[in-house]
Amino acid sequence: MIDRRNFIKKSTLASFSTLLGAPLVFAENIPAGYLPLFLDQDDPASPFGKHKDMTVFNDRPWNIEAKAHLLDDAITPASKMFVRNNGVIPTALNASTWMLTIDGESVKKHKTYSLQDLKSKFKHYTYQLTLECGGNGRNEFNPPAKGIQWTIGAVSCAEWTGIRLKDILTDVGITEDAVYIGYYGTDTHLSGDPTKPVISRGVPISKALQNETLLAFKMNGEDVPIEHGFPLRLIAGGWPASASGKWINRLSVRNIVHDGAKMVDGYRVPCRLVAPGTEIVHEDMCIIESMPVKSVITFPKTGAVINESRVLDIRGHAWAGELNVKEVHYSIDYGATWKQCKLQPAKNRLAWQRWEANIKFPQKGYYEVWAKATDSEGKQQPMVIPGWNPQGYLNNACHRIAIKVV
Amino acid sequence: MEDRKLLQIVQAIFHFTILVLVLTVLLGAVGIYLHYSPKPLFTQKTKSTTIEDGSITEIFTDSIHNATGFIQGEHLELVIENCTGCHSSKLIIQNRASKEGWMGMIKWMQETQNLPDLGENEAKIVSYLATYYAPEEQGRRKPLTEIQWYELE
Repeated sequence: MIDRRNFIKKSTLASFSTLLGAPLVFAENIPAGYLPLFLDQDDPASPFGKHKDMTVFNDRPWNIEAKAHLLDDAITPASKMFVRNNGVIPTALNASTWMLTIDGESVKKHKTYSLQDLKSKFKHYTYQLTLECGGNGRNEFNPPAKGIQWTIGAVSCAEWTGIRLKDILTDVGITEDAVYIGYYGTDTHLSGDPTKPVISRGVPISKALQNETLLAFKMNGEDVPIEHGFPLRLIAGGWPASASGKWINRLSVRNIVHDGAKMVDGYRVPCRLVAPGTEIVHEDMCIIESMPVKSVITFPKTGAVINESRVLDIRGHAWAGELNVKEVHYSIDYGATWKQCKLQPAKNRLAWQRWEANIKFPQKGYYEVWAKATDSEGKQQPMVIPGWNPQGYLNNACHRIAIKVV
Repeated sequence: MEDRKLLQIVQAIFHFTILVLVLTVLLGAVGIYLHYSPKPLFTQKTKSTTIEDGSITEIFTDSIHNATGFIQGEHLELVIENCTGCHSSKLIIQNRASKEGWMGMIKWMQETQNLPDLGENEAKIVSYLATYYAPEEQGRRKPLTEIQWYELE
């Protein structure tokens, strides 16, 4: 029997059009070796070895999220980690020849390191770091926000190993006018235009110099998986995960707020709250920094049917961007009353925290269990969708699951 | 007389042999066809629809375009041609917007993502999108839906 995928890969792009039954505009721009998604439809075999219950929102570029119950592990394994790519995953990724250039207005001298140099010259650190997509929860905004309709699962807390960005910046030497760092990766633009940057974001110099801001080459003790940035990824935990650039081969130390792709036209919210649907001029949009306090119920999976006599164990994680989580509460009566959960301290700064509780339901019926975290400055998650913003970022509304007691 | 009878018998055997050969070839062809693409013969819900100019055939199941997942509708072929070269149809299907909202997305792709001017096709594409992928009123927090109930062990 003909292997359909190989057959398709070997055939010319012209035949794609025949199969689609319509001309494929920009066919000449499709990167070699890239299988257009419409041909891949009946081959849903877990991409990148992801768990089969992960939700694939987009296969060009890859955007995949976990479901709440898949996030039950204390340390998120690669198989359950969300993928948010903006462009095409680079094909030539060779750790033994990988180079990183540090440049920009605010370095004393441009310097290039091999990945081997970075690994051997600088001390290694390992931290559990929470990475959440800025648009996690976008699906609930109204009027709807454009983009990937993430629900709850675009968040992870893996164990990252690498060198501190501040150690390498000290080695390079930065000047006093440094304001921001900006990363550049080797992923390519979806349009096929090789001159177009995909995404080049960054963080203020103060965040860049934190102990936990890493140039990571290992995740959960293994090489960083390809879809997560192999062989070198910037990790800035607690901030929109887009600040943690993948496939990094250049970092610029800027004397201005970095102006790379998706620094200016993405990951911004109105500086002051606006009515839903308001048009906002660019000057009134501010860059997202720390992510807000949030929690997720990872056990049980929503939809559990239990016996009336049962005491139900529930658990999950809570995180608060740059801050700690102070308390987590749960409610089974739509917020009329709240009970406190047991909360563990974070393994290290910027790691999510495990919480748990057990519930005895008063009688048979349909229940929703709602969880609500409070950060170290006293801010709580809202039960309704927070302030509307045009691109649908920062939805930290309480997570809830359905339970039937019979 | 006997020669004629013999000729008739030979002819009959010849015709029979030809018939058997033809049947074998036909059955073989059907067999090979079924082996390589068994679906089209047995899929009851699938309906072949000829789009607009009559030259291209598209397959839909319950009004959903099999290859892309789009809802069947006027100008769908323009959406496929102009939108799915760069990104997945899934990106469109999961979004909802008004006419203005879809036009805003097209403008954004033209300004930042190398999408060329769509000319007279723009209005048709926007009309399709705003018709089949329009916003739904969902309030400040929707009820939980599509709950898959299971017995917790």
